[in-house]
Amino acid sequence: MSAGSLTILVIDENRIRASIIEAGLRDAGHRHVTVVHDVAGIAKRIAELEPDVIVIDLENPNRDMLENMFQLSRAVKRPIAMFVDRSDRASIEAAVDAGVSAYVIDGLKKERIKPILDMAISRFNAFSRMARELEEARSELENRKVVDRAKGILMKSRGLSEEAAYALLRKTAMNQNRKIAEIAQSLVTAAGLLGPLEGE
Amino acid sequence: MSTTAAHQITAGFMPLFDSAVLVAAGEMGFAAREGIELKLHRETSWANIRDRIAIGHFDVAHMLGPMPLACSLGLTPLASETIVPFSLGLGGNCITVSTAVWEGMAANGAAPDLDPARAGAALGALIRARAAAGRDPLRFAVVHPHSGHNYELRYWLAACGVDPDRDIEVVIVPPPFMADALAAGRIDGYCVGEPWNSAAVDAGTGRIVTVKALLWRNSPEKVIGARRAWAEENPDTLAALLRALHHSARWCQDPANRDELAALMARPAFLGQPEAIQMPALTGRLQLGGRAERRVEDFFLPFDKAANFPWKSHALWFYTQMVRWGQLRHTPQNLAIARDCYRPDLYRSALRPLGVALPGANAKVEGALKAATPVGSAGASLILGPDGFFDGQIFDPDKIDAYIAGQKRA
Repeated sequence: MSAGSLTILVIDENRIRASIIEAGLRDAGHRHVTVVHDVAGIAKRIAELEPDVIVIDLENPNRDMLENMFQLSRAVKRPIAMFVDRSDRASIEAAVDAGVSAYVIDGLKKERIKPILDMAISRFNAFSRMARELEEARSELENRKVVDRAKGILMKSRGLSEEAAYALLRKTAMNQNRKIAEIAQSLVTAAGLLGPLEGE
Repeated sequence: MSTTAAHQITAGFMPLFDSAVLVAAGEMGFAAREGIELKLHRETSWANIRDRIAIGHFDVAHMLGPMPLACSLGLTPLASETIVPFSLGLGGNCITVSTAVWEGMAANGAAPDLDPARAGAALGALIRARAAAGRDPLRFAVVHPHSGHNYELRYWLAACGVDPDRDIEVVIVPPPFMADALAAGRIDGYCVGEPWNSAAVDAGTGRIVTVKALLWRNSPEKVIGARRAWAEENPDTLAALLRALHHSARWCQDPANRDELAALMARPAFLGQPEAIQMPALTGRLQLGGRAERRVEDFFLPFDKAANFPWKSHALWFYTQMVRWGQLRHTPQNLAIARDCYRPDLYRSALRPLGVALPGANAKVEGALKAATPVGSAGASLILGPDGFFDGQIFDPDKIDAYIAGQKRA
């Protein structure tokens, strides 16, 4: 059987991550990949699709519901194992660390699920890295904004040049062993409390 | 303050009020005083808690009472030997129904008094009337198949003449989603811990019809589950943790600390829910919906009535329910695994040096105490009970075969 003959269901509320995983599976030659974002009505979808593998995000609180559905086997007729093989501790740990949990419908060979799981783990990791970088970029931008506002306050209230205002912020930060953005935030907050020093 | 702690423990918990003893142990300094650095990790599903214990991410965790049994009995995808050296409390759950179901129950004789027999009879009549009219069966949610919630809901219904497998549908919904699912009409009722019942009453979409403490007074709920291999390799660390949890539990029970405890649990890192909504769990004063209010004795006990003692009879009762509802076969091997899962011996050896009250036995006849009773114990005095099941049944752990045979006919 070729890789493409497996039916894979990805359940992820995060649409961006879901599409990254889907693309990865398709690149790996899997043609029967379905992505679901919402677990409402999932029983019916599983019954229709009869997936061989279900990949779900560990952060999804509906894991308990999904597992129970398998146990009741009203929607899924076959029993399931999780993470390929109970004894495969390393791949379980890797999956848990990455935040992915794979349910494997009974009867699927370990060799066939391993690449899917590896792919999902690397995609989950890539996504987390991306999310982290995005967050860093965003806070960097916000820091810059608050420093600009703090500079403005100093320039206006103490008649400093922009350069001198920045130097004062930097010196204070160094003296207090804190970040410039933190000092700037304190200043902006204090100014807000003290009255309409700044129009905006 | 930055000296290295003698013991490091990583613990998982779910955002539920009955994680309070574990949370307070870490946050109020009880763990630190025992030389423990307690790292708390909030989780999103019981499946995660169970898997992370199994693969060693967590040493211990806030767990559903029957869950360590299920793990040790191999009922879960990742089987692992999990033991219970400490219980986190007694009671704390309610059964809530939609306003529509409540109206149907009221028309069949239910009153806003939490009386389980009366409410159960009314619900049974409503269910039969719906079946006769050809309407869909009611759908009730619980938090997990291996949970006290699942077993107490089923016990209540069966005792009131409703077959939970034939007459209704039982589904799983995560606790924080219960009230929303009820409001949206996806479920008709549920059994869950606080604050997720008061949340539906607050929203005006649900009515509390009975509570765990009235179905089976002083009945077991959450526990501390520990990976057996970890516990055996780290006996001193575990003992230190049990002492920290003991002090924490006593602090949580003290009414003088209610405000502080509610404020602690309200933090975003823990429940992230307003302090006011936690007060029903702490005071036992429940708003039932429709302006009805009721105070429930022993609604939730984090410490009193030997609440932290891991009674083998509690584990064995859970075992009988697993058998009853077809999750497990009753065999001598399975029974032995269930019996060995709860570890009063570890509790005793950890707490004996403190001179606290310890029960004289490891198991008790459940439902036998009709009034609060001082019991023979080492050290200080200990009061147990009353502990009755609402239908007057007795569970004698020495007569398990008879109990299992008897409940099959119910």
